[in-house]
Amino acid sequence: MINRTVKNAEEALTGIKSGMTLMVGGFGLSGIPENSISQLVKSGATDLTCISNNAGVDDFGLGLLLQGKQIKKMISSYVGENDEFERQMLSGELEVDLIPQGTLAERCRAAQAGIPAFYTPAGYGTEVAEGKEVRDFNGKPHILEHAFKADFAFVKAWKGDEAGNLIFKGTARNFNPVMAGAATITVAEVEELVPAGELDPNQIHIPGIFVKRIFQGTNYEKRIEQRTVRTKN
Amino acid sequence: MLSKDQIAQRISKEVKDGYYVNLGIGIPTLVANYVPQGIEVEFQSENGVLGMGPFPYEGEEDPDVINAGKQTITTLPGASFFDSATSFGMIRGQHVDLTILGAMEVAENGDIANWKIPGKMVKGMGGAMDLVASAENIIVAMMHTNRAGASKLLKRCSLPLTGVNCITKVVTNMAVLDVTDKGFVLLERAPGVSVEDIKAATEGTLIVNGDIPEMQF
Repeated sequence: MINRTVKNAEEALTGIKSGMTLMVGGFGLSGIPENSISQLVKSGATDLTCISNNAGVDDFGLGLLLQGKQIKKMISSYVGENDEFERQMLSGELEVDLIPQGTLAERCRAAQAGIPAFYTPAGYGTEVAEGKEVRDFNGKPHILEHAFKADFAFVKAWKGDEAGNLIFKGTARNFNPVMAGAATITVAEVEELVPAGELDPNQIHIPGIFVKRIFQGTNYEKRIEQRTVRTKN
Repeated sequence: MLSKDQIAQRISKEVKDGYYVNLGIGIPTLVANYVPQGIEVEFQSENGVLGMGPFPYEGEEDPDVINAGKQTITTLPGASFFDSATSFGMIRGQHVDLTILGAMEVAENGDIANWKIPGKMVKGMGGAMDLVASAENIIVAMMHTNRAGASKLLKRCSLPLTGVNCITKVVTNMAVLDVTDKGFVLLERAPGVSVEDIKAATEGTLIVNGDIPEMQF
């Protein structure tokens, strides 16, 4: 067994520098790597490019990095719900690249899987396609999109083992599995870290080969963005 | 004129037994409330769930189980969770039978604009561009006119596009229309709304063949 464990978030983020490109898992605030984000704040690294579906809210998730003006550029599909984000974007302090959500996921997966580029119909005929190669397949136009290149990927899983194997829970899975192994160094934080052999190999969602460093996270807040309930009759 | 709930109710008649359906945010979300009894449908949410159920009871919310609108949800028997690439594989691969989404503008050539207004804060397209580029069966749910009273069914979209030549059906508070090579074909009128009212509220080419029936609910 190749042991991928590190002590904590601080050790997991060894090598983080200003100017790096980071992938950050999560959809809204669900499944975000809370411990790694806190450690990124502590690291003081600036001029970061973040590839993440969303940008958190003002006081949580990637919003914490925006508060400290640590992010130079966001690559996302949807960035609502964040006043500080809007302020920085409108003032020109923050660069924003908006791309279709499926393309975002596939550009991560392509990086993970060693596919340099792919064609997709998403965005054809729109401003997303500007400057991109167009090619017809089966009579339908597609645009060429490239795999991302990133220095670190931060993912969050429900359970993991010492070998770096990961199991996700619910829709907290989202972008996390496609970012694992898609950057030079993948850091996984988990709610429960167990010895190798305790997880059923049949149930592993992401094999440890895609994970460079794994640690047990602490104090998960798991904030809910839109609490919607019904009442019992 | 129909209320938002009535638009959703009318669209629910387009949902057939055995369909996998993706619902956008807003009016489309309401469609789930009106799916006829006796048919089996699974709702997909692009953040990674198939088999979405109703909102949870108070106290039973799970931060790890949400929909693409970031709302807490539940799952029904037979549900599954998956990653974002797999989710858009379902969409791009045309495994999802029906997509229902909102729009700011629809053009008679099937173009749609629903993500960006120049000069205003742009939040992003989310999954809308992937959905409209791939789905074969797309219904737009929207008001017939905007708040200023201007038509949202146009000859050509004026706003930045989400997708081209992709919309096949539009259900508004005034009418049900097919989008064809020749323009918008009027199929049904909302109760109390005349063909003349619809003509006046439609900037794009409107094709009216014979008597147009009132919608049935």
